[in-house]
Amino acid sequence: MSVRGKVIKYGDNVDTDVIIPARYLNTTDKKELASHCMEDLDKTFVTRVEKGDIMVGGLNFGCGSSREHAPIAIKESGISLVIAKDFARIFYRNSINIGLPIIESKEAAQEIEEGDDVEADFEKGLIYNHTQKKEYKIEPFTEFIRQIIDAGGLIESVNKGII
Amino acid sequence: MKNAKQMTMTQKILADHAKLDHLVAGQLILADVDMVLGNDITSPVAIKEFAKFKKDGVFDKEKVAMVMDHFAPNKDINAAQQCKLCRSFAQEHEITNFYDTGEMGIEHVLLPEKGLVAAGDIVVGADSHTCTYGALGAFSTGVGSTDMAFSMATGKAWFKVPPAIKFYLTGELKEWVSGKDVILHIIGKIGVAGALYKSMEFTGPGLKKLSIDDRFTISNMAIEAGGKNGIFEVDEQTLAFLEEVGAKEPRIHKADPDAHYEQVYEINLSEIESTVAYPHLPENTRTFKDIEDIVIDQVVIGSCTNGRLSDLVTAAKILEGKKIAKNVRTIIIPATQKIYLDAMEMGLFKTFIQAGAVVSTPTCGPCLGGHMGILAEGERAVSTTNRNFVGRMGHPKSEVYLASPAVAAASAISGKISHPSQVL
Repeated sequence: MSVRGKVIKYGDNVDTDVIIPARYLNTTDKKELASHCMEDLDKTFVTRVEKGDIMVGGLNFGCGSSREHAPIAIKESGISLVIAKDFARIFYRNSINIGLPIIESKEAAQEIEEGDDVEADFEKGLIYNHTQKKEYKIEPFTEFIRQIIDAGGLIESVNKGII
Repeated sequence: MKNAKQMTMTQKILADHAKLDHLVAGQLILADVDMVLGNDITSPVAIKEFAKFKKDGVFDKEKVAMVMDHFAPNKDINAAQQCKLCRSFAQEHEITNFYDTGEMGIEHVLLPEKGLVAAGDIVVGADSHTCTYGALGAFSTGVGSTDMAFSMATGKAWFKVPPAIKFYLTGELKEWVSGKDVILHIIGKIGVAGALYKSMEFTGPGLKKLSIDDRFTISNMAIEAGGKNGIFEVDEQTLAFLEEVGAKEPRIHKADPDAHYEQVYEINLSEIESTVAYPHLPENTRTFKDIEDIVIDQVVIGSCTNGRLSDLVTAAKILEGKKIAKNVRTIIIPATQKIYLDAMEMGLFKTFIQAGAVVSTPTCGPCLGGHMGILAEGERAVSTTNRNFVGRMGHPKSEVYLASPAVAAASAISGKISHPSQVL
C-alpha cells in the first residue's frame, strides 16, 4: 500500500485538545468531528486540506486525552498518513485500531517541509520526498500490528479469528 | 539475556495476566483485564464499534464500568443523546457498574471509592487518566474506544510490555506541599514526553508519609509525562485503604531486586516546593521564587486529580474566614457524591460559600472545557486539574495555570497566583 500527497506540517506536542477540542465531543459523527479538526491550532486546516494529504508532526504527537475522536477527525478530513518524530502512546494505538496509517521517523519529520509532495510505500518501507528528492527508510510494523492493519482494524481482526 | 527473569512491578502484573512466567520490555502480549472503563464521551464510540463484533454480550457484566461524568449532568441535547445511548447499552447488557447523575462521580475517584480496583489488577479505561489506580498497586492505563470495545467483548487487551523508570522517594512533604507539587515537579524535570511508552514506578522510604490521596494525584498525572502507567509499591496504607472500601483480595507484586530500570530518580520530598505549571504544557513548571504577579479571573478546585475530600479540606483551611477577591470566580467541585456529602457534613460548604465560592455537583466539567466554568478570550485560571493545553478550559486564547488545592485557594483570595503563606 502506498499513499501520496502534499504535506501539512506542525510542531512538537500537538495534543488531542487542539486536534479536536472537547467542546465538539458531544457527537460521534465523523464528518462533524472532521469539520473542527485542528481548529484551535490552525483554523485554515479544514479549508486547505485535500484528500490524500499527509500530516507531519514533531515529538509526542497526539499527547493528552485518549479521545479516539482525534485520529477519527484526522482520518475523516482526508489525511492519508501521519508522520511524526514520535507519538503519544494512546494516540498511536488508537490510530492502528481505526486504520489510520502512522509512521515514526525522526529524520523525515525533521526535514520534510510544509507543502512538500511526499509519497510513502509501506511494503517497501520507504518515504520519498518528491519536492526535496530525498528518501527515508522506515521501520516495518511488528507482525502483531501488521496483522491488525491487514485485517482492517482491531475489531475485524477478532471477527476473522486472528486475535 | 542477563536478568531476563527480573521484572518490574508492572511487568509482573502483566505476566500474571498473560499467564506467562516472565516477559521482557518490548514484547507484545494479550492480557486478561479485571475492569474495563468508559465515560459518556468515549463509550458512545466504543458502543458503535462493539456492534460490529460478531459476538453477543460483554465478557463479564460486573467487569465493565460506565460513568457519565464528562458532560453530565447532561450539558446539552447532544450530550443527553450520548448518555442515553450509554444508558440503553448498560440496560441491555445488564452492566452492574453503570453510574449516572445521582450516583456518579468523576470516574477515577469513583472506582476506587466503590472498591472496584484492587492491587495487582489490570484496569483499562477509555480515558487517559485511567492511570490513576496505579496508586493502589494496580496496572491501569488509558486506551481508546476501539480498545474499550475489544476489551468489553473479549476480556482482554493487547499491550507492548513497557520499560520503566524508577522514582525512589525519600523525605517528607512540607506544609502546604502535596502530591500535586510532587508530580508537577517530576514533569518539570523529565518533560511531557519524559516517560513516553514507559512505566513510572514509585518506591522508597518516602512512601511511609505519603497519603493515598497524594499517590492518586501523582499516578493520575503519569500520562502528562507520557507514561503508560504510574504505579506505587503496595504498603500498609494501600492495604488499609483497600480494606476500608471493601475491594477484593490484593495481589501484591514487588519489583525483583535486579529488575531493569532505564533511569532511576531519587526524589527528596522534603525539598519539593509548591509548584505551578504555566500555559500551555504541564512541563512549564515554576516555583514561587520565579512566579511574578499574575492576575487571574477564575479558580477551579476539583477533577480526577484533586477533587478528593483531603483536597477540599486543604482549600477550606485557607478559605476559612476569608473573602475571595472581587473579580475571581471560584468553582469547587467535589469529585463524588460521597465526597460531596462528607464535605457538607464537615461544614466545608459553609466555609466555601461564605468566602464567595460556588460548589458544583460532581462533574469533569471545566477541566476539559466542557461546562461549569468556561473561560473567555484572554482570561486566566488557576486550576487543580491536569492539563493546560491551548483551549483546554475554553477560548483558545485563555490560559490555565495548574496548581495544588492550597495554591488555588490562596490565589482565589489574593486574585493573583499566590502561595498560602502570602494570604494567611
